[in-house]
Amino acid sequence: MLQKASDNENGSEKAGEPPLLEVNNIEVIYNHVILVLKGVSLTVPKGGIVSILGANGAGKTTTLKAISNLLRAERGEVTKGNIKFQGDEIQDLSSAELVKRGCIQVMEGRHCFGHLSIEENLLTGAYTRGDGRGAIAADLEMVYNYFPRLKVRRKSQAGYTSGGEQQMCAIGRALMSRPSTILLDEPSMGLAPQLVEEIFGIVQDLNSKEGVSFLLAEQNTNIALRYATYGYILESGRVVMDGEAKALRENEDVKEFYLGVGGEGRKSFRDVKHYKRRKRWLA
Amino acid sequence: MSVELLNFFETFLNGLMAGVMYSLVALGFVLIFKASGIFNFAQGVMALFAALTLVGFMTGQVPFSHLINAIFGTELHNWGAGLPAFLAILLTMVVMVALAFLIEKLVLKHLVNQEPIILFMATIGLAYFLEGLGDLMWGSDVKTLDVGLPSGGSFWWEDVTRTWAAQGAEYYGMYIDLLDVSAALIAVVLVIALSLFSQYTATGRALRAVADDHQAALSVGISLRRIWVIVWSIAGFVALVAGIMWGSKSGVQFSLSLIALKALPVLILGGFTSIPGAIVGGLIIGVGEKLAEAYIGPMVGGAIENWFAYVLALAFLLFRPQGLFGDRIIERI
Repeated sequence: MLQKASDNENGSEKAGEPPLLEVNNIEVIYNHVILVLKGVSLTVPKGGIVSILGANGAGKTTTLKAISNLLRAERGEVTKGNIKFQGDEIQDLSSAELVKRGCIQVMEGRHCFGHLSIEENLLTGAYTRGDGRGAIAADLEMVYNYFPRLKVRRKSQAGYTSGGEQQMCAIGRALMSRPSTILLDEPSMGLAPQLVEEIFGIVQDLNSKEGVSFLLAEQNTNIALRYATYGYILESGRVVMDGEAKALRENEDVKEFYLGVGGEGRKSFRDVKHYKRRKRWLA
Repeated sequence: MSVELLNFFETFLNGLMAGVMYSLVALGFVLIFKASGIFNFAQGVMALFAALTLVGFMTGQVPFSHLINAIFGTELHNWGAGLPAFLAILLTMVVMVALAFLIEKLVLKHLVNQEPIILFMATIGLAYFLEGLGDLMWGSDVKTLDVGLPSGGSFWWEDVTRTWAAQGAEYYGMYIDLLDVSAALIAVVLVIALSLFSQYTATGRALRAVADDHQAALSVGISLRRIWVIVWSIAGFVALVAGIMWGSKSGVQFSLSLIALKALPVLILGGFTSIPGAIVGGLIIGVGEKLAEAYIGPMVGGAIENWFAYVLALAFLLFRPQGLFGDRIIERI
């Protein structure tokens, strides 16, 4: 089940049906000089929750931004490889076009519109839709059902709401575009463990009830692997390992590096660091 | 009422009227600053350019006539008797929208995600370019603009106010310029329309979203380029209104572009991000100027009007840098 990235082609793809989202060996360069991704491939099957794991600067956010094409605004570009969404190549489409097709990103750090009310924030998510006020109002109710707390705070300026509420607002805003895929970047950032649990629970609900597929980038390997179906581990711009979430969770190296539990019991901090240095996949 | 009090009221009223004219210019700045974080130095020149174009259409001037005549040796100056005011205003608006489109295409598109100071520099360049373009298209002579707005003093107001003076006092009534009154009415309508637009339409909401966070706006599928074209078109429209008002008042001439400098203290007072702020700031500056000129002026030899606004702005910068109505900076800790 567990394979090295080099000889891996596809994860949990069912035979015949093309995957929802497919990233093939992409390379991303910022500012024409800084090479950030060095050949990343991954697949999101229809209805899956796939997570990208890795430390700071591994390239998780860049991968998501390459897909949603927010890279261009940061002077980054995909120089090699291709990205397919529902079978079409999408790397030259604008973010707006991509949102229309049903792939939307929730950015790291929430990025709510601070001076807009929560409800207005949610409504901006429906900006690309042309199916009338009725449908949008119905979806607003749907979002309020998933996030009752947002309904309470609907008239407050988003800038004054709590971090958890802002994260809910950001996810709700994305939902308002009626997406088939949400790229979720670091939903756990800066939130209390209980809230993280609540938000991941809602992600799972959305996945099973609304059929939304998720590609999420997380540093919190523990929780991500509990809710995801499949995982990719990134290190300095490469996929170093991937597999079913369950298999990854039981893998000794993953336990050692990311979950903080060693195979042979606790070690002193110095040993751990040494061990980590020696056993890093890429150095 | 005593004559002194009536004189005070007259000065006050005229200050308000002058303030409205400043507000009209400041409004254009606020719109662009709110939506894109750009301080648009070219706003004053846009007003000038709009006024020039309007006069050109109304008098039937051939654009670039000097250039064409110099190259081809022709003697083109007019293509006819000119257009009626309404049609000319409509056509000028089309030109301003085209201008917004070109600015996005040629300037802004290439400066996405750059420092605000770089965008500011770009608008300075734009200001000089537009000034030159206006000159080249329509010539540099001073033109008169008359779109049919009432002008001159109001006799009715003079008659009414004359009766307010105390019995037997030597008082001839207040002077109020009808053009200023119509400017005030237009400004009120404009502000109400803009507020409704930004509060209650999806596009208005998208404008405010872009103003808050470019990246997030992009991520939910708002096209920045489209929003920028819309914002610059609206700013072009406001510039046209300001150009009509100022042009009718003092003639369409190149010094018109300097009204942008008068808008600066207005913005500092009202806040760069507030539409009502632009209006209230303008009124305060207008009234302050006129009152200072009338009451403090004689003590120091006059001509206070020219610098009073800047001193007021300086005081504001010291004590309330975000202005009266500027957005509170929301910071989460």
